[in-house]
Amino acid sequence: MQPITTFAGRTVTLNVANIDTDQVTPAKFTMVTDKLGLGKILFAHWRYSDTEKWIPKPEFPLNKPGAQGATILVTGDNFGCGSSREHAPWAIAGYGFRALISTSFADIFRNNALKNGIIPIIVDAATHKEALDAGEKNLEMSVDLPNQTLMLPSGRTVHFPIDGYAKRCLVKGVDDLGYTLGHEKDISKFEAARG
Amino acid sequence: MPTTLYEKIWNSHVVAQEPDCPAVIYIDLHLIHEMTSPQAFAGLRRRGLKVRRPERTAAVVDHIIQTTPERFQPQKDPKIADLLRSIESSCKEFGIRFYGIGNEHQGIVHVVGPELGLTQPGMTIVCGDSHTSTHGAFGALAHGIGTSEVEHVLATQCLLQRKSKTFAINVEGTLKRGVTAKDIILHVCTKLGIGGATGHVAEFRGSAIRALSMEERMTVGNMSIEFGSRAGLIAPDDTTFQWLAGREFAPKSFEQFSHLKSDDDSRFDQTLAIDASTLEPMITWGTNPGMGMGISAAVPSNADKKALDYMGIEAGKPLLGHAIDVVFIGSCTNSRLSDLKAAAGVLKGRKVKARTLVVPGSNPVKKAAEKEGLDKIFLAAGAEWREPGCSMCIAMNGDELKEGEYCVSTSNRNFEGRQGKGGRTILASPLTAAASAVEGKVADVRKMM
Repeated sequence: MQPITTFAGRTVTLNVANIDTDQVTPAKFTMVTDKLGLGKILFAHWRYSDTEKWIPKPEFPLNKPGAQGATILVTGDNFGCGSSREHAPWAIAGYGFRALISTSFADIFRNNALKNGIIPIIVDAATHKEALDAGEKNLEMSVDLPNQTLMLPSGRTVHFPIDGYAKRCLVKGVDDLGYTLGHEKDISKFEAARG
Repeated sequence: MPTTLYEKIWNSHVVAQEPDCPAVIYIDLHLIHEMTSPQAFAGLRRRGLKVRRPERTAAVVDHIIQTTPERFQPQKDPKIADLLRSIESSCKEFGIRFYGIGNEHQGIVHVVGPELGLTQPGMTIVCGDSHTSTHGAFGALAHGIGTSEVEHVLATQCLLQRKSKTFAINVEGTLKRGVTAKDIILHVCTKLGIGGATGHVAEFRGSAIRALSMEERMTVGNMSIEFGSRAGLIAPDDTTFQWLAGREFAPKSFEQFSHLKSDDDSRFDQTLAIDASTLEPMITWGTNPGMGMGISAAVPSNADKKALDYMGIEAGKPLLGHAIDVVFIGSCTNSRLSDLKAAAGVLKGRKVKARTLVVPGSNPVKKAAEKEGLDKIFLAAGAEWREPGCSMCIAMNGDELKEGEYCVSTSNRNFEGRQGKGGRTILASPLTAAASAVEGKVADVRKMM
């Protein structure tokens, strides 16, 4: 994984609460053995009027001209509830998003996102409103992961919470497996003690 | 200090805990299936890693396979063929027990694990499927994980975890006739909302929970994820032990599990109290499991507009009597023998007025149901009797709704498109589903009992 420190990008707003991972990646498009190339299926049922010919719906926020190239998605409360499918963050990353802004994220999705270099940014209700408005206009925001700050188009900077361990992994570009494999002796000891 | 059941299981599985890091938690049982595992095995191969404890891993096929006899023919769709080949060859390569199509134990992963006695009290259990919470019904700490974590568990038999908060859900009193475990859990979802317990592990307690059979408890555990809880625990008791006794992988004695309960003075971060005697059969009106109501109630006047538009219904009006197109009886929520018996009890001697799919959760369930003649009751009523699998719960195996169709479903999710693009799902118990099949509209089973 590439290390992540700071980046700036255009925003787009999808102002719907409780977006579940069946909306992010409908099951029938998840029959794949690879994790790459899933950007196309992101929000498939909302984004296309026809998913055989892949005809985009012009009114869907991601399909508007100003949203092209957006890397930050501002969305409603409790994003990512439902299925544990990691196809959801694979598709989000595949589309080109690097951060999501909401007031809350579902547990399993948040874990899955962090493991794929996507930063779930949790903000308070007032900041959320400002971010939703900015995303409607596709304004630019910037993210500073080491300092855990989000800079809004107004110039206002807010601090966001993130698991300290997950942050270190993202900043260094390493994943969990190396960490746990480093505990091999502890695991063997644990297994031996239980018989 | 008094500790909760969650804390007890957690404490006995901590392999390592460094400052400012998540705990390394040992995983006793890892269940895998064909939809969310291929990329994990690919990752292992890329890194040259083995499966650390293949005997603690078991694999099934359930999500993408047809529930018609077509599944026994060579797969025509290359995507399905690829996924099936991938899990089978990976299991062979890494020495993992595999329950494929045609295996006498094949079925939905959360039906098969308990049925084989792989699921046991006090265990930590994970699976790349959010309904892994089902196994919490046995007093196991069980939750869904993503594919990166599947790879992590395969390689290390451990998972990195932060401790969750705790949520006690106390259900006291006696259920009225026609009201079931499914109605309890749909009521909890409605009370708490879809994100109501995010960051928490729930424990279901109280006399109404104790009175549930093991299969009913699994229905409750199954939908714990639907109000945001990572897992839903029920302390094991004689009901649990009797159900497990004699199963292939079950322990020979159960005394070692007697400490698996929250201490009397345990403190929970949040609590919810429910009086079971006040519940009526529940249905959902909207597009997530938290959008539910009693079957005789009207859709809330302040109901979410986007959900109402999708469902094609109006606020302030009841759904009872609303015409439906399909009834689905199945899924990891309600496809066990007792669920099928409940549905058959309603359908016996009656005819269905809507297309009705009955999909057993596993081959053993199918066999047991056929031994009791339930298949004949379903077929005589005009319902379809299928092969085991996830079927119309997930719309990726050929069983799906057409655009605009209404379905009363015993599954766990009524998300937009969950049962097929444009399909409209009304979640309910097997009793309510069967009654609705008979009337061809949303029906109150209590009038048929």
